[in-house]
Amino acid sequence: MSGTTRRGLIQNSAILGLSLATSGVALAADPLKVAFVYVGPVGDFGYSYQHDLGRKALQAAMGDKVVTSFLENVPESDSERVFEQLARAGNGLIFGTSFGFMEPMLKVAKRYPKVMFEHATGYKRAPNLSTYSAKFHEGRYVIGQIAAKMSKTGTIGYIAAFPIPEVISGINAFMLGAQSINPEIKVKIVWANVWFDPGKEADAAKVLLSQGCDIITQHTDSAAPLQVVEKAGMHGFGQSSDMSRFAPKAILSSIVDNWGGYYIARTKAVMDGSWKSTDTWGGMDADMVRMGPFMNMPDDVKAMADATSAAIKAGKLNPFKGPVVKQDGTVVAKAGEAVADKDILGMNWYVKGIDGKVPG
Amino acid sequence: MAFELPKVTLTLREAPSRLRTFLGPILAFGIAMLLGGLLVALMGKSPWQALDVYFIHPLLDSYNLQALALKASPLVLMAIGLSYCYRANLWNIGAEGQFVIGGTCAGAIAIFTHGAPDNTLWILPAMLLAGVMGGMVTALIPAILKVSLGVSEILTSLMLVYVSQLTLDYLVRGPWRDPKGFNFPVTVTFDPAATLPPLFDGARVHVGVLLTLAIVIIAAIMQGRSLFNFAVRLLGLAPRAARFAGFSEARITLIVFALSGGLAGLAGFMEVSGQINQLQPSISPGYGFTAIIVAFLGRLSPVGILVAGFVLSLTYIGGEAAQISMQLPLDMTQTFQGLLLFCILSADILTRYDVSLAKART
Amino acid sequence: MTSEFVQAVLLTILTSSIPLILAAIGELVAERAGVLNLGVEGMMICGAVSAFIGAYDTGSALIGAACGILAGALLAAVFGLLAIYLAVNQVAAGLALTIFGLGISGLIGKSYVGLKLTNASHLHLPWLSDIPYVGQILFGEDYFVYAAFALVLGVWLWLNKTHAGLQLRAVGDNHTSANTLGLDVQAIRLWAVLFGGGCAGLAGAYLTLAYTPFWSPGMTAGRGWIALALVVFASWQPWRLVLGALIFGGATILQLQAQALGVRIPSQLLSSVPYLATILALILLSVSKRGKANAPASLGQAFIADK
Repeated sequence: MSGTTRRGLIQNSAILGLSLATSGVALAADPLKVAFVYVGPVGDFGYSYQHDLGRKALQAAMGDKVVTSFLENVPESDSERVFEQLARAGNGLIFGTSFGFMEPMLKVAKRYPKVMFEHATGYKRAPNLSTYSAKFHEGRYVIGQIAAKMSKTGTIGYIAAFPIPEVISGINAFMLGAQSINPEIKVKIVWANVWFDPGKEADAAKVLLSQGCDIITQHTDSAAPLQVVEKAGMHGFGQSSDMSRFAPKAILSSIVDNWGGYYIARTKAVMDGSWKSTDTWGGMDADMVRMGPFMNMPDDVKAMADATSAAIKAGKLNPFKGPVVKQDGTVVAKAGEAVADKDILGMNWYVKGIDGKVPG
Repeated sequence: MAFELPKVTLTLREAPSRLRTFLGPILAFGIAMLLGGLLVALMGKSPWQALDVYFIHPLLDSYNLQALALKASPLVLMAIGLSYCYRANLWNIGAEGQFVIGGTCAGAIAIFTHGAPDNTLWILPAMLLAGVMGGMVTALIPAILKVSLGVSEILTSLMLVYVSQLTLDYLVRGPWRDPKGFNFPVTVTFDPAATLPPLFDGARVHVGVLLTLAIVIIAAIMQGRSLFNFAVRLLGLAPRAARFAGFSEARITLIVFALSGGLAGLAGFMEVSGQINQLQPSISPGYGFTAIIVAFLGRLSPVGILVAGFVLSLTYIGGEAAQISMQLPLDMTQTFQGLLLFCILSADILTRYDVSLAKART
Repeated sequence: MTSEFVQAVLLTILTSSIPLILAAIGELVAERAGVLNLGVEGMMICGAVSAFIGAYDTGSALIGAACGILAGALLAAVFGLLAIYLAVNQVAAGLALTIFGLGISGLIGKSYVGLKLTNASHLHLPWLSDIPYVGQILFGEDYFVYAAFALVLGVWLWLNKTHAGLQLRAVGDNHTSANTLGLDVQAIRLWAVLFGGGCAGLAGAYLTLAYTPFWSPGMTAGRGWIALALVVFASWQPWRLVLGALIFGGATILQLQAQALGVRIPSQLLSSVPYLATILALILLSVSKRGKANAPASLGQAFIADK
């Protein structure tokens, strides 16, 4: 819900001039202005924080050839003006990192054909509007395997934010990974219906522990669930960023979003004129998804996790390789095939072995 | 009490001097700027640059002025409605919920007529009506509870905000979700027939802004002239006298709530039809609460509200510019808004009352 | 269901209701004195960030908690100055306080984002963690639990059994006659508001010191608003407030429990339960005569002394 999340700021970013009125792409001699719009606070230590790390990596890599700026906590319903302001402020490349920015970005992109736009997690494109996202589910497959190896009770707790395809495909990939180790594995899913509310996320973790889960994984943004499992002496995984500092004894690994490489490549493309409207969906092979350090586990589990990550990275292992069967027994992908990308991007069903129904 | 606090006595001034009325808010604004500038300086940035980015630059071109008008429109509309409630001493603080339900009802028509054939001129008026009615009904719930059972309207109207938001959230994530939207929680994008057209070709502002302006003008003309306005004020200042004069407290309560709910619903309609063009889990970044502040900053008068709406919008838009060009965090904008409100609210009292300090009675 | 499971559930409900109890008991006192302070969320978040900074920099959770209380009271003092001494409209001043609090907490907490408190266990009570089943999930939060219940008991005793409590209620019920009786309406209200701010600050401190021991902007996530609803739901009675907080906290926990057990209820419906319950409680209160008697008659009205 709006109005319930706030921000914070990492201070030491470049100071810009006041040239708000100039528009269009900067001249070749001038530095390229690149702007980022976040839906959450950069201080969430999760999703928006990782995007901002990407922005900093871009700034560090390009030096004085680019000037970057960002806006945080931008409400989706009020974002059109923000994108327009950025386009008018002379930014040549603008990244919007939340699904809800889709329509506003589409509208503004039409009005400013000379400015390039990049929208994360959306599906509508224009000649100057690209989309990009990461195959977060690849990481989920790896932690599914680790969880199945490490769990003594055979029941794993899963804290999910909202039933959107990104989250549901994550649950399915996690389950497929876990089933590849232990076909009898059970997963208990709790929908927090927030991306960020440390208190509620902690409650969800406690609830799952009370119901016999000994490993908790999360698709919400705060480190609160990890702190709960640390106290309880159980295990968990970090989300979006390497959260090992919050739970040094409990954390097994983290799925880390790594946007820096993409941001640098796209910025260079704008500078040398090769930028085209594309749809990028990169995973571990493109280094957009990384695994945090494998910790607190025996060597054989660690070796397995390393091997699985390497196989995914090398393109030898697809988490959604067949056979993939829905709860009702429908075969989505036969052995030897894989689930089509468009089915993953619009996923609204569970694989066999998960109890319960997708809400909504 | 262990130690004595000074006693403050406020005395209502017979007639507030014009000079004080005029200088009060300006002085308050100045003090808030001074405090804000100090904060900016503490963060190691130039206060002068901040002043320019926040308050001067956004006023310099037509695009920014249009952005200002777009942002101010819902605030002003809702604040006008709320001012009637507040003058009658009725505390409707649920405009946010009335806005959301108004937008939801208007959006419902757009969604169910999606893809309908031509000849759809009736859709926009129907959406407007649905929006107004939706807001009105939501506002009438606390009003009816107040009139019939004496339930405090402050809390019921506030509680209904959350219920309204969750209703929209449920609809957008469930039954009204765009079937082709990859399961994401948004409805279909509205057809052109359900979209408020721009004021002129290539304009950012939609025609709804004119309607807002018209409502401000009507409210300003009516102010101090109509019997209704008199009754509302009398109810607020002296309820007993109002009853004695033959005004029905219940009827006035219902009317002012319906009025403010209707205007909030209208604002909700304009926002979804003119701006967002679809329904999503959240359609308001807190306009309903900001409108309460606008109503008070504008001293509950239509023209004052218009000015206050623009000033507050300016802090939002300037705040974004400051994030872009000076890396000043959003927190700075909020802190400044808080300071500004404190200063202006106290200045308002200081113009209307004489304040004297005395030692507490012993 | 094993007793261990039931105990774990009850404890989760209890701990999740502690921030609500702490913030609400303070607001209750302010409202009994006739002041409606809508700035609870702002005071709470400032309490949270100040407590974290205090505890992080000194290494003492106790100093952290004190910082939290102080920050909440400081914001309340600003509100008190405006709403009580300058008779500024309470609704407007309270909303301004929330906006200000959310902003300033982000500014002062900026460099503490992503840091972790290692010393949360300072609040650990050895004998409690020895009780079977209880200790596992409940580490460290104990002091706050006791503090919350002590506060509720103290407020109840003070309001109902002491002369000063009687005076405070008199001020809230009819400030004009209280003034005629020679009570210093403004001073009593200021103390009540400061107490409310301190409690809201302590509620924030609970979040960053014990519940989820790190600082993150906006982490109160609307709990201040629920605390406001709770006071009315409890019809301004301290013990009913505890019951209400357990119900509000319980609704969230039980919904999560039900989900994990595979029972599906629309989450939006459950999330709106506290708000609908409050409206219902308000209706029931106004129908019953006893309830009406509890509502402070001067709530929300500024006191301006006649010359």
